[in-house]
Amino acid sequence: MQITDETIKYVGILAKLELSDEEKEQAKKDMSNMLQYVGKLNELDTEGVEPMSHTFSVHNVFREDVVTNGDERDNMLKNAPEQKEGAYKVPKTFE
Amino acid sequence: MSKVYETVIGLEVHVELATKTKIFCGCSTAFGGAPNTHTCPVCTGMPGSLPVLNKEVVNKAIAVGLATNCTITRNCKFDRKNYFYPDNPQNYQISQLYYPICRDGKVEIEVDGKKKYIGIHEIHMEEDAGKLIHDAYTDSSLVDFNRSGVPLIEIVSEPDMRSADEVLAYLDKLRTTIQYLGASDCKLNEGSMRADVNLSIREVGAEEYGTRTEMKNLNSFKAIARAIENERERQIDLLEAGKEVVQETRRWDDTKEYSYAMRSKEDAQDYRYFPDPDLVPIVISDEWLEEIRSKQPEFREEKKARYQEEYGLPEYDADILTGTKKLADIFEETIALNANPKKVSNWLMVETMRLLKEKEMEPEDITFSAANLAKLIQLTDDQAINSTVAKEVFEKIFAEDIDPAQYVEEKGLKTVNDEGALRATIEQVIADNPQSVADYRNGKEKAIGFLVGQTMKAMKGKANPGMVNQILKELL
Ligand SMILES: [Zn+2]
Repeated sequence: MQITDETIKYVGILAKLELSDEEKEQAKKDMSNMLQYVGKLNELDTEGVEPMSHTFSVHNVFREDVVTNGDERDNMLKNAPEQKEGAYKVPKTFE
Repeated sequence: MSKVYETVIGLEVHVELATKTKIFCGCSTAFGGAPNTHTCPVCTGMPGSLPVLNKEVVNKAIAVGLATNCTITRNCKFDRKNYFYPDNPQNYQISQLYYPICRDGKVEIEVDGKKKYIGIHEIHMEEDAGKLIHDAYTDSSLVDFNRSGVPLIEIVSEPDMRSADEVLAYLDKLRTTIQYLGASDCKLNEGSMRADVNLSIREVGAEEYGTRTEMKNLNSFKAIARAIENERERQIDLLEAGKEVVQETRRWDDTKEYSYAMRSKEDAQDYRYFPDPDLVPIVISDEWLEEIRSKQPEFREEKKARYQEEYGLPEYDADILTGTKKLADIFEETIALNANPKKVSNWLMVETMRLLKEKEMEPEDITFSAANLAKLIQLTDDQAINSTVAKEVFEKIFAEDIDPAQYVEEKGLKTVNDEGALRATIEQVIADNPQSVADYRNGKEKAIGFLVGQTMKAMKGKANPGMVNQILKELL
C-alpha cells in the first residue's frame, strides 16, 4: 500500500510532528513497509473468527477498591520540566 | 402563516462514580487534596506504567445499567481515544467505543402528568482528566492531576426529549436513581454530574432531524433550562432568516445567558480509537449480574408508593421526601428510632425545607442526625417543650446537630407544667392588666390573646399554652 503526501501531512498534524521533506519521504517509505507487513493478514480467511483486542486469553484482571498509593508528589514532580506550587507548569492553554 | 417547530434533544451525561480509588490505579479520589497529592505513574501517564481496572467501577456501572433497563454487554473492553491536551497526560483517554458496558436502556419520566420513556443509547466507562488552572502571574497553565483517572460513566440518551421540562425530568430521574444506588452524589454544581445538550429543531411532522449543536458548560438545572430555550430560539431565528444551522460545539455562558461556538464539525478531531492493549476484556457472568441485581435498593417510585401506603403521607410529601436520597434516609432513620412518621415528615417538609431555602442549601448538605431529630420529637411528645421552643431548638440541631435534651436542660427551656406556679403567674398578669380583663369581660374575646401573650412573656415562653388558656378562662 502506497502512502500519499496527503496522508503523511495528516498524520503529522495528528501527531503534532513537523517533518522536513527528507523526513517525510523516509516516513512514507517506513509506513508503506509496515502496512505491507501487516497487510499479509488480509490474505487469511477470517470469516467467522471473533475479532480480539488482546493476544493473551486472559480476562477479568481487577483491583479491589482500596487506596494503596500515598502522597508521592515530590517524586512525581521530578519528571516535570517546570513546576509551580505543586503543579506542572505548562504553556498557557484554554478552550 | 409561520411555521411550528419541534425541539429535539438528546443528552450526554457524565457521572463521577463514588469509588474510593481511581479507575486504573490505587490513588485516592478524595476531593480537596493539595495539587498532585493523589497521583502516581499510572494516572500521570508515565511510560511503562500499566493500568489495572478497579472492580468497583464495573459493579457500579452495571448497577446503573440495570436500574436504567439496559442490556449489559457480557463481553466488553476499553478503547483509547487519542488527543493532545495538557490535562490528558497519556495523550489518550481510556474509554469505551466499540463495546460499551450497557446498551439499549430506557427510563420513565413524567411531565405535567404525562408519562413517557426516554431511551438510553449506551453507558460507557471512562477516566476523567486533570484540571488546568490559569496562573495570571506567569501567564501559564498549572496542571493538577488529582482528578486524572477518577472513574466516570457517560450516559448517552436517544434524541427522545422535546422540551426543557422533559430534559430536567430525565436528569432528575437519573440523579435520584444513581444517588439511591450510592453510585455517585450527582452534584451538578460540583461537577460530579455534567450534562451536554444536543439540540436540533425541525418542523412539526417532519421525519428527518435538523442539524444539531452540542452545548457544554451547563452547571445547574436552571442553566440547562435557560440554555435550551436560548439555543432553540437561536436555531429558529437562523432558519426563519433562510440560513443554516451549523453542526458545532457551543459553550454556554450562564451569567450572560448566551452561547458561543467553540469548534465546528470541520475542525472536529480525529480520535483514532483503537482497543487498549494494556487492558484485558471484561467478561460478565450470570452469577456476577445476579449478585448486583440482588443488591439493587428500593428506588424512588417504590419508596414513594410505600410512604403513602405505609405511613399515610400525602403524595406531595412522599414526592418531596423521596426526591433526594438524603431526605429519604433521614426520614427512615428517624422513624426507625420510634418517632411518629407524620411528625418526622412534618419536621422535614416544613422546618427543614424552610431552613434549606433560607441558607441556600441542598438537601444533600444536611448534617444533622436522625438521633437528634428523634429526641426532639420525643421532647415535644412528652410536652417537655412547647412548639415555639421546639422550633428554636430545631434550628440549633439543623445548624450544629446538638443534643436537644441536653440543650433544653442547659438553657432551661423546659415547659412549666406546674399548675401552681402557672396559676400564680396568671393571677399576677390579671392584676397587672385590668383594662384587658375588663375588655374580655365586656365580650371582647380577643383580649384574652393579649393576656396569654403576657403570661408567656412572664414565663419566658416556657409555659404550656393549653394550660395557660384553660387557667386564664377559669380565673376570668
Ligand atoms: Zn494514580
